[in-house]
Amino acid sequence: MTNTPLDSATDVEKGRPFNRAEFIEKYSTFGIFLILFIVATVWTDTFLTQRNLLNVLRQVAAGTGIMAVGMLFVILTRGIDLSVGSVQAFGSVLCGYYIVQLDIDIWVALPLVLLSGAALGALTGIFVAYLKLPSFVMSLAMMAIARGLSLVYSQGQPIVLGKVGAALTEFGSGRFLNVPKPVWLMIAIFIVAGIVLNYTKYGRIIKAIGSNEEAVRLSGINVPRYVASVYVISGMLAATAGIIAASRTGIGSSQVGVGAELNVIAAVVIGGASLMGGRGGVINTLIGALILGVMTNLMNLAGVPGYHQQVWMGIIIAVAMLLHFGVTRVKN
Amino acid sequence: MHGWGTEMTALVELRGIKKFYGGVKALKGVDFDIEPGEIHALLGENGAGKSTLMKVLGGDIIPNAGSIVVAGQPADFRGPADAKAVGIQVIHQELALAPDLSVAENIYLGNLPPIISWSALNNSAGEVLNRLGFDIRPKEPVGNLPIALQQIVEIAKALSKEARIIVFDEPTAVLSGKDAERLHEIMLQLRMNGVGVVYISHRLDEVFDVADRMTVLKDGETVGTVSVKDTDMNKIIRMMVGRPMETMFPEKKPTKIGDEVLRVESLNRGREVMNVSLSVRSGEIVGLGGLVGSGRTEAAKMIFGADPKDSGEIFLNGKPLKLKSPHDAVQAGVSLLPEDRKGEGVVIDFPISVNSTMAGIGKITNGFGFIKRRKEGREVAELARKLTLKCGHIDDAVSTLSGGNQQKVVLAKWVFAGGDVIIFDEPTRGVDVGAKSEIYGLINKMAEDGRAVLVISSEHQELFGICDRVLVMGNGELRGELKPADYSEENLLHLAMASGALEKDGESHD
Repeated sequence: MTNTPLDSATDVEKGRPFNRAEFIEKYSTFGIFLILFIVATVWTDTFLTQRNLLNVLRQVAAGTGIMAVGMLFVILTRGIDLSVGSVQAFGSVLCGYYIVQLDIDIWVALPLVLLSGAALGALTGIFVAYLKLPSFVMSLAMMAIARGLSLVYSQGQPIVLGKVGAALTEFGSGRFLNVPKPVWLMIAIFIVAGIVLNYTKYGRIIKAIGSNEEAVRLSGINVPRYVASVYVISGMLAATAGIIAASRTGIGSSQVGVGAELNVIAAVVIGGASLMGGRGGVINTLIGALILGVMTNLMNLAGVPGYHQQVWMGIIIAVAMLLHFGVTRVKN
Repeated sequence: MHGWGTEMTALVELRGIKKFYGGVKALKGVDFDIEPGEIHALLGENGAGKSTLMKVLGGDIIPNAGSIVVAGQPADFRGPADAKAVGIQVIHQELALAPDLSVAENIYLGNLPPIISWSALNNSAGEVLNRLGFDIRPKEPVGNLPIALQQIVEIAKALSKEARIIVFDEPTAVLSGKDAERLHEIMLQLRMNGVGVVYISHRLDEVFDVADRMTVLKDGETVGTVSVKDTDMNKIIRMMVGRPMETMFPEKKPTKIGDEVLRVESLNRGREVMNVSLSVRSGEIVGLGGLVGSGRTEAAKMIFGADPKDSGEIFLNGKPLKLKSPHDAVQAGVSLLPEDRKGEGVVIDFPISVNSTMAGIGKITNGFGFIKRRKEGREVAELARKLTLKCGHIDDAVSTLSGGNQQKVVLAKWVFAGGDVIIFDEPTRGVDVGAKSEIYGLINKMAEDGRAVLVISSEHQELFGICDRVLVMGNGELRGELKPADYSEENLLHLAMASGALEKDGESHD
């Protein structure tokens, strides 16, 4: 036994020695991002310009970024939410439906959109947490339901926001300190999520549930309530992404976010979260989303044809995961 | 060293085995050999290096230094396949079974023919199980079996293959006395057939019943190899921990046994738990004995709200408790230290600190749900000191600790949460001798602090050593109660087994 009994409390409380394995696990995603960033800078002239970088950020904010936060929460509990792309479309359509069709004031309509997204998430969550349906199956069902609802409320037609939605479209194209407003919103969401995950009881418990649900249940924690809640968060953030999509294009469309769930899951997993639950962080998830954003951008700049891009994306995701698992495996 | 004839070549010799993990020296040059037709016990506290040594033998890990000699020929194990090729079968402590596959499929997994004849497969699996003396249906999915029987399947799997050496790594930890005896018969049979058996167990009395030689490890070094004839239990314990056995059960301070805290009336669920009523008073330690599968764990989980009950009432301090989940139980002040430590007791990849505060997390959070890290650090460090937890840092993962210290983390959780009732389900399973004694002390301490304590254990001496009285269960029913004056293995087993067996006898004779 190399460990000795403790003489004083401070021995075990402070001065934890540096752990190489933990360091690698924490920063390997960032390392991959850095390499990609350097490659992109050297390869193209236009990558490292303020305009282009802000463009990448804006795309991430409107695409995978915000939804990745919700997905991270779900994946931490060892679940999966396949409905995010459809709920995003639902959110986008509802912006048009509430503001234009029902003529509800925009400051009432937007919270309603968020609540509607949260309600769909709650439905998924209740079925998963209380009725014990596998999250894969239930969120697959919700994926169809939400997409269907988007088509129902939009009658398959894009809803132009127009004048009544001017405040929203202004947000979509507006800037603050020269940075697009949706990017600020994304940053705010990541900061809040980071605080929740790292400093609150809630964050600690959802991570623990993903690692060993039964041990958490037998510690007297009301596990189903926590499990259900992550789907509510995911639904609400997907609706938020839908609002941003509507704000940027000026229309509520049922065609938003088709297949987005795959990119969102990819971002979270590239960010080092384990699909087996319990492991993952907010900053790495953001970097994961940025890696995907930079890759798309790089391929656009390098003139890779659209159809080819998907193939390369798949290959690069696989290689990134290989690198990630490679370095984390070295520690054992 | 020992007086075997020169014509006896060891089946396998491990010489000067060293294994380092980073800076941690798990094995510092261990010698170990296995003769044909012997049962060689490998003893030592958790963390002494037994399992690591057996992983070297099984080819699971490659040592940093040392040599492996198989039947006089140097061997180089590159993986488990190499060890299996020379007939070394290791039955690991952690079960490696596919829960959704049938018993027969699990036994022959890895040897399945391209086209399976189910009847042949099930028949030969049935034969192996019969030879072991266990009535397990070959078609049953393994996941449906209790842990003890899963262990038997794991053993059957090893026996179904050609084996010259079989390693049993703590097989009886989850077995009841009767099943353990049957396992010992199997070992003796293997010995007669010339197989070399390595037996790792924390139950020393059992080891003395069957072993021919014993090797004691301590801190990754061989303390010595002795013949059973030349030693006794006290000598072995002294080799393992450096102190005699009398100190195993700490003296319980005369505690004031107070009012009734927990009362359970007519608890029922199917045939698992039938009409169980019991009560525990403040400061009292009540044992719940009986064989594995007698319904003890099931009853405990129902009292804790973790499993549903068909009927029955639970009273805490005279007030009826409506428990729908462990959440309700913990809120009311009822705690359970579950039998499956890794699966149910701890979130093993998470820090000691997080695990310790989990059941009482409200005590370290503010009104907004933020965790007061500094307060948590102080509280956990204090718990670690009180419970003599041996750890590097309170933010290290629980998985870095030895079994005994992991169990102390579960204890810390319930010490921190507080409450009036605590149920221990197999509190010292897989825990080494030294830590056992400390855990007994901590259980006593909880009673001294006025809690009502219920202890489930399959180690009868343990119940006799710490309990004020022992209730005995059999086949889901409460069979009787033993007072300290009546404490003996015979009395307990008589209650646990006899009445059911007698009734059945009576029926068949009528």
